Amino acid sequence: MSLFVLANLLYQFADTMAFLLLAALGLIIILGVIDLINLAHGEFIMLGAYLTALSYNWAHLPLLACVLVSMVGVGLFGLFLERVLIRRFYQDKLGALVATWGVSLILSQGILIVFGPSMAAVPFPQWTVTLGSSSFDGYRLMLFGTAIAAVAVLWWLLYHTRIGVQTRAAMQNAEMAACLGIRVRRIYLLTFAAGSALAGLTGALYAPTTTIVPLMGTGFVDVAFITVVVGGGANPIVGALTSAAVLSVISTPLASISGTFVGRIGLLVAALVVIRFLPRGFSGYWRDLQRRRIAAAAVAP
Amino acid sequence: MDGTVLNISGLYAGYGNGNILQGVALEIGQGEIVTIVGRNGVGKSTLMKAIMGVLPVTSGDIAFIGRPITRLSPDQRAAMGIGYVPQGREIFPELTVEENLLMGESINRTKRRTRYDIVYAYFPILGERRRQLAGTLSGGQQQMLAIGRALVGAPRLLLVDEPSVGIQPTIVQEIGEVLERINAEEALTIVLVEQNTRLIARLAHRGYAMDKGRIVAQLTCDQLANQEALVRYLAV
Repeated sequence: MSLFVLANLLYQFADTMAFLLLAALGLIIILGVIDLINLAHGEFIMLGAYLTALSYNWAHLPLLACVLVSMVGVGLFGLFLERVLIRRFYQDKLGALVATWGVSLILSQGILIVFGPSMAAVPFPQWTVTLGSSSFDGYRLMLFGTAIAAVAVLWWLLYHTRIGVQTRAAMQNAEMAACLGIRVRRIYLLTFAAGSALAGLTGALYAPTTTIVPLMGTGFVDVAFITVVVGGGANPIVGALTSAAVLSVISTPLASISGTFVGRIGLLVAALVVIRFLPRGFSGYWRDLQRRRIAAAAVAP
Repeated sequence: MDGTVLNISGLYAGYGNGNILQGVALEIGQGEIVTIVGRNGVGKSTLMKAIMGVLPVTSGDIAFIGRPITRLSPDQRAAMGIGYVPQGREIFPELTVEENLLMGESINRTKRRTRYDIVYAYFPILGERRRQLAGTLSGGQQQMLAIGRALVGAPRLLLVDEPSVGIQPTIVQEIGEVLERINAEEALTIVLVEQNTRLIARLAHRGYAMDKGRIVAQLTCDQLANQEALVRYLAV
């Protein structure tokens, strides 16, 4: 009996953590590398869901292909948007907020005008995984696997590729990176596109789980912002993982006992407590610790 | 000694609304080590930043190997072959030594090969500490790393801004020796901003003295070797 409860709790936990991670990854990577807050992040997720719905219901593509279409489509949209608009606001953080907010309004209202108030649903893939006496949704387990895989790919890119090391150099000192011939602008362009593609992935993966409407992005973006604030942009990988893990540990029991609404309140309260004590989130704290270790080691020999 | 590497004329540049450089003109030939001396705040570092493209130029021209670079971005200038070792070293503290060196590879995109061989031969300590975070190095080692990082990219011109600041004398000597050797062996052109009279006397072929944003004197090798004469330009 207790094993059943434990398995169920773990499953709920994995489901919540996957949602937090996938909602936040695109936002936190853009914040961490470019130091830009993309207020259109939720609408990018919405675009991903629409692309999946369209390619599933109109073009009759298999779901996996639809997910790829969404990722590539929203990624390319991000690439385009960075070139024509976003890059003009890198020196103007407040302007960037207004510009991306404007983009979010144009996207949600534009989709409303073109496709109307709702979209044909994407059927939920029914795979059931049974473990002893309990059964779980295979699709939701797959979401958790995908979230972890996305983090692993990001980690590999940042720590084991040349452009990843260049990106971390630019995060530490963009001016010096440019003085060494690193094209920081290009890194920002690719980062924005990658963050957009991650939003597209999230929209596509969650399209079968929700009703697809022009304002659906707001359901992701509040959770995404809480996760990003708690995680901090200092190290997107550490930030996203620790924040999603801690927040889901807090909100999962609350949500399963008292419902989703109380779970969300729990998230907010947890976020307030964390940023009261760690104003730059878990990864900001982690970076301060690392810097102190570095300073101590530099003095020692 | 064929040709001019760097040619600057009538250069005005500065921060915000004030020009710190007030019409700098100078010429650096291939294979030279030229030092720029002057008191604190006369614009030596500002000149280096303007050459690198970090500071916007108000007016005047900078030409590198005969091509105008005044309007190019820092990464474009680096890609043409300008290596920069800034004041304060500006290494990436949370990257490893090896990763820091890797970041120098984007300098001089016309080069035939990267020069890790030179860097590890001249600064063996960097090889020993390859996997260590650069922030954990001592000040002198960080200075070696900053110079090594620029050398990896096989630059055609090396800008070195006050490499001796805050570093113990033995390491200053070691750095001086490396700069001297690489200039002799590879004919690397070096512009050196420095206050350390011994390092200047050892390295520089000739020099420019700056005051209030202008070049006020040209100094020969002999004048630079004369400590008392030199101190006149450096004294506060």
